[in-house]
Amino acid sequence: MLDIKRIPPGAWIGLIVTGLFVFCAIFAPWVAPYGNAEIVGDVWEPMSAAHWLGTDNLGRDLLSRMIYGARITILIAVLATALAFSLGSILGFTAAVVGGWFDTLMSRFVDLLMSIPTLIFALVVLSVLPSNIVTLILVMGILDSTRVYRLSRAVAVDINVMDFVEAAKLRGEGRGWIIFREILPNALSPLVSELGLRFIYAVLFLSALSFLGLGVQPPSADWGGMVKENKDGIVFGIPAALIPAGAIAALAISVNLVADWILNRTTDLKGGRGNG
Amino acid sequence: MSNPILKLIVQRIALGIVLLFAVSVLIFVGTQVLPGDVAQSILGQSATPQSLANLREQLGLNDPAYMRYFRWLGGLLTGDLGNALTSGLPIAPAISGRLANTLFLAATAAIVAVPLAILLGLLAVRYRNGPIDKAISAFALASTSFPEFFIGYLLVYFFAVKWQIFPAISTVFDGMSFLERLQAVALPATALTLVVLAHMMRMTRAAILNVMQSAYIETAELKGLRPLDVIRKHAFPNAIAPVVNVVMLNLAYLVVGVVVVEVIFVYPGMGQYLVDHVTKRDVPVVQAVGLIFAAVYIILNIVADIAAIVANPRLRHPK
Amino acid sequence: MAEVQANKKEGLLLDIRNLRIEATVYPPDEPPKTITLVDDVSLTLERGKVLGLIGESGAGKSTIGLSSMGYGRGGVRITGGEIILNGRDIMKGGRSGIRKIRGKEVCYVAQSAAAAFNPAHQLMDQVVEASLLHGTAKRATAEKKARELFRKLGLPDPDNIGKRYPHQVSGGQLQRVMTAMALCSEPDLIVFDEPTTALDVTTQIDVLAAIRDAIHATGVAALYITHDLAVVAQVADEIMVLRHGKLIEWGGTRQIIKEPRQEYTNALVSVHEIEHEEKKPTDTPFLSVKNVTASYGDGKVKVLKNVSVDIHPGQTLAVVGESGSGKSTLARAITGLLPPMEGSITFGGRTLSNSLTGRSKEDLRQLQMVYQMADVAMNPRQSIATIIGRPLEFYFGIKGAERDRRVAELLEKIEMGKGFADRYPAELSGGQKQRVCIARALAAKPKLIICDEVTSALDPLVANGILKLLLELQAEEDVAYLFITHDLATVKSIADSIAVMYRGGVVRYGAKSEVLAPPFDPYTDLLLSSVPEMEIGWLDKAIKSRRMESAGN
Repeated sequence: MLDIKRIPPGAWIGLIVTGLFVFCAIFAPWVAPYGNAEIVGDVWEPMSAAHWLGTDNLGRDLLSRMIYGARITILIAVLATALAFSLGSILGFTAAVVGGWFDTLMSRFVDLLMSIPTLIFALVVLSVLPSNIVTLILVMGILDSTRVYRLSRAVAVDINVMDFVEAAKLRGEGRGWIIFREILPNALSPLVSELGLRFIYAVLFLSALSFLGLGVQPPSADWGGMVKENKDGIVFGIPAALIPAGAIAALAISVNLVADWILNRTTDLKGGRGNG
Repeated sequence: MSNPILKLIVQRIALGIVLLFAVSVLIFVGTQVLPGDVAQSILGQSATPQSLANLREQLGLNDPAYMRYFRWLGGLLTGDLGNALTSGLPIAPAISGRLANTLFLAATAAIVAVPLAILLGLLAVRYRNGPIDKAISAFALASTSFPEFFIGYLLVYFFAVKWQIFPAISTVFDGMSFLERLQAVALPATALTLVVLAHMMRMTRAAILNVMQSAYIETAELKGLRPLDVIRKHAFPNAIAPVVNVVMLNLAYLVVGVVVVEVIFVYPGMGQYLVDHVTKRDVPVVQAVGLIFAAVYIILNIVADIAAIVANPRLRHPK
Repeated sequence: MAEVQANKKEGLLLDIRNLRIEATVYPPDEPPKTITLVDDVSLTLERGKVLGLIGESGAGKSTIGLSSMGYGRGGVRITGGEIILNGRDIMKGGRSGIRKIRGKEVCYVAQSAAAAFNPAHQLMDQVVEASLLHGTAKRATAEKKARELFRKLGLPDPDNIGKRYPHQVSGGQLQRVMTAMALCSEPDLIVFDEPTTALDVTTQIDVLAAIRDAIHATGVAALYITHDLAVVAQVADEIMVLRHGKLIEWGGTRQIIKEPRQEYTNALVSVHEIEHEEKKPTDTPFLSVKNVTASYGDGKVKVLKNVSVDIHPGQTLAVVGESGSGKSTLARAITGLLPPMEGSITFGGRTLSNSLTGRSKEDLRQLQMVYQMADVAMNPRQSIATIIGRPLEFYFGIKGAERDRRVAELLEKIEMGKGFADRYPAELSGGQKQRVCIARALAAKPKLIICDEVTSALDPLVANGILKLLLELQAEEDVAYLFITHDLATVKSIADSIAVMYRGGVVRYGAKSEVLAPPFDPYTDLLLSSVPEMEIGWLDKAIKSRRMESAGN
């Protein structure tokens, strides 16, 4: 159903840039000209033919580190988003369909978690937990699952009261049919576009944590961590820190463009062949 | 003001207080029951079992969790936030000056951001789907996608390093004049403004647009009112509540943004203090500061809800 | 004042010539395209006269009405023709010229007054706003006039009702306040856009009478837009029939309803004439509702009070009532969606479990349901074949080619080709959707189909087609219907027995011929006398002969 000619230019840019980043992330060792921790030159060398983006605070090739950084950033963000999504949507749908005490209990607990700003709560928890990538993914995923829970529950509650679901209940259909055949296909498009937004949020959140020194620990670094490494150069007019920061912005914008496009395509369409 | 409104407001405030207590439990549980060991993290991996046991004793870690919680809560209610592990000094006096600094920074940003966001939101509605609206929404897309430190360091790079208009590091100290202070926070406040502006603007636009699409706006247009009068007399009274709500929610968001911005500009506020002590794993400080941030956030949310209650004509003029 | 105005009502007021109205639509994934809403329509209106604009949805009647105020909703644009009001083309006056006309020379009465009033302001401020804006009166004079109009329109407490806020006033009253608002600035023309459609029948008649009297007393001209010919026949001097944005027929009211010249008009006029001979009740009803009482929430508000009705095989029981009468709740109680607090439902001699979960698959199969809004009654992500085929699969285990054959058969039965099997609900028209819902119910081979307002969201001609289909299917399949409706006209064409409901109770129950024959109880009388008849002068007769105040007042 997808007609390539009808993809708007904004979405094209989004798709291409996102694709490029993902490509770098997957094939980092083959794409990167130098090793991740390899010291190849002086501290903060300017951009040159040998080092396209210059070198960093320890004299490592910035481009290579950016490429490896893409890998860590995208990997953690994808895993955290996946965790947030599976946890949030399963619990959200179940709460909406089962209702009763389960719904009340879950919803109140999520309200409570959301009444503390995510970053603050993450900082509080990270102050006692060991600093490693698994902790990071768990904390990010669980905290962000509250938003997915709210959305999927709201969407499912809306669909659950529609006449076609009532018709299925009157027919005597079981819970499985109602969740997977009646509700899920209709909840998919808002959830897919939410997936994009949650991923962006995960990238920004991870970057913020790493920037504050609480995310990915050296010597490996995600983009946020690279900003931290190179931030002291800024006051001397060395823009190395702006490169990873800009990369985060570029990734977030391009995913945003794609998510926007998916949302517009599917919300205008009242059902139909479900090409969303 | 009639009774139902008062009742709803009292209910909302009561709920907020319950929530605050629940949050204090959550923060406490988050730092005490999780697998991390405070004593271990203070003394490091090389600590002897004996010194660990001594420290646990000294910190009261051997008491049951609920007792430690009530001891902590009791202290909080009397203004005693406990002592920092790292320095051994009481937390409350160390915080007060920093809290004032943070509030000053946040307020400066809010004073610029709120009117600007509402104005831009109105413009976007007035010239809906036109170039101004498109430009504003493109800016909003960019700004919600930019990490705080990207905006922050861009500002530093240009305004502090290249053009040298404002300082790159926001040093504030006692005895500074108001103007000096303002100059010191110029860049962090701008960064914060840019961080919340887009969100606030987008939500304001949506709220006003929602009102503008109501049937009573058509009625007003069909009476022959000029577009500005339609907005002033018919859209505005109904848009106040959602807009106030938007503003409050974004101020709550601003409170969080302050953490990263303070670190960027090395600004002596609560955010920096929190991050420093998270790195040092100084749990009492983290608990206290985390709770203060959460409390501000919750209070702003309550204010947003109350604004919505007060501005609702159905509640103000019951049947 | 009325007399003074009556004198000036001579000559041509509105002259619309070759009107063309277009809109741009933005279908997803397709380039925007321009569609024509109104195509070459001309009309004239004399001062003080009422012209009825009638047609089904999509006929362009509201669009034409609003064009007389130079207004287009959303992306609607007037792209051709002239709109001459009081001797000048309003489109040539520019924006400020049009603003001077709106609210002064032409006023508007919307379908939903509840949405059209600003919730933040008192009614009086909104009623006099246009007069003050255009300087036709000082505030004190305008308010005095408004109070007079409130009185004339039969509003309770006319001196103080203006101090209320919109949500403090009932729907029927708001509709009158809106009429007063339109009349207050003494315009030459009022556009009434379906002003009584959203109201219950017994409220509609009062509002209709109030509007008509006010029009006559003030001598204002009106464009009266509605889809209901019987309603417009009571107020209009002339009627214009529209379809798909084109003029079909235009003539005097008597000519249109008595001697229509066009086939389409004729179809609209004779829409309710379905002959249905009453079947006599059998000795043993297969479904009996006995003394059922039900409530929502904690049981404080009883929405059904001690209701008992019987349904006989192959026959139709019509349940009639206005909104809030409990008629839909009765359906929910029978299906088990809302378990009754007291009473029982017996089916084929057995007592059915009160709640849905306690019923066997076989019991569920025997009771099927068709909903009012067909588009939300079908899963938009399922094809028609899946929708109709699911009961076959679920109840009878029929799959694959056999299922497809049966689906095709059912599509045939509802007079739709088998080509529809691969389509999705969004690709169907309103009537087609409702037919598919009927086919889905039939697929289960039930004894009873509960039809909850199945025709009320449809245009009259389409609704008529659905009623005919239901009657044919009943003859073929021997299925019984529980037919819930607010529309007494439909009841006459389909029912064998009737239960009239009022505030949760059954006030009259029996065979159709008995229920519809005098002597009547007061409520049934009110209900029956409120159904508009396509008869000039019906409104006066009906108002005179009523014995009970309607609920809307």
